[in-house]
Amino acid sequence: MKWGVVTFPGSNDDRDSLYCLERVLGQEAVPLWHKDRDLHGVEAIVLPGGFSYGDYLRCGAVARFSPVMSSVVAFARAGGPVLGMCNGFQILCESGLLPGALVRNRSLAFICEWVSVRVETTRTRFTARYAAGECLSLPIKHGEGCYVADEATLTALRDNDQIVFRYVNRAGEALDAANPNGAVQNIAGVTNANGNVVGLMPHPEHAVEALLGGEDGRRLFTSVFA
Amino acid sequence: MLAKVYVTPKKAILDPQGKAIAHSLHALDYPEVSEVRMGKYLEVRLAGLSKQHAEQRVEEMCRRLLANLIIEDFRFEIVEE
Repeated sequence: MKWGVVTFPGSNDDRDSLYCLERVLGQEAVPLWHKDRDLHGVEAIVLPGGFSYGDYLRCGAVARFSPVMSSVVAFARAGGPVLGMCNGFQILCESGLLPGALVRNRSLAFICEWVSVRVETTRTRFTARYAAGECLSLPIKHGEGCYVADEATLTALRDNDQIVFRYVNRAGEALDAANPNGAVQNIAGVTNANGNVVGLMPHPEHAVEALLGGEDGRRLFTSVFA
Repeated sequence: MLAKVYVTPKKAILDPQGKAIAHSLHALDYPEVSEVRMGKYLEVRLAGLSKQHAEQRVEEMCRRLLANLIIEDFRFEIVEE
């Protein structure tokens, strides 16, 4: 399967994503430059983490209007699988492909740690190989990861099964103490109505080898192969 | 012509920066401070537009880029320089 990983000025997990896909998972993966509208025939797209355009104005606000994003939006609207991790999630929300927004962590601190997240739905292109309710250990590293959405959006997310991951404690409970950044309802990741676009704050691409702390992130990618 | 654009977090959105600033002001002995909300101020210089047209264009700029209406409100004024 051919994957594309977008590089914006300021992206810093693009190489890790390419490494994860090519070296660890044996996929064909090509870098996509932010100025390039041509998606080079890729079958799935990754928007990586980082600080695109220096996080100027708002995280993801400027990246959203880069040339490659008009092609990514068209690709996503046609049903193509798109995964946004961390800054990629922020860009997907800014571009309107995913509902809600991400704001400053309630602690005001940049957080870098491993967290537990619970898989809330397996109906997306990126979670088909997980079991509903399964708990994963994934790293987070962000300053603006507090997911917010208004009541109507939250109701729609629940009714349409669009909440993909929640921060949980070791017992798998989505309690406030297990919420690293203040995200509403402990939400760590969401999907669009079709389930082909997924965004999450944790970094599954950093959790694909036992040597680096765990392999729980692998199936986000292998789910798409199915 | 200059557009002065103010972008502020919506009332319903937690503003941890504003809260931290309010705490600092209390610590500096300003107990009268009941709340601080922190936003952004932008100066957008415009050329070759009537004031009415400028208002239309700046409104559009705010909606498309300068503010995220899910989390922020905006207001602006246009002044001659």
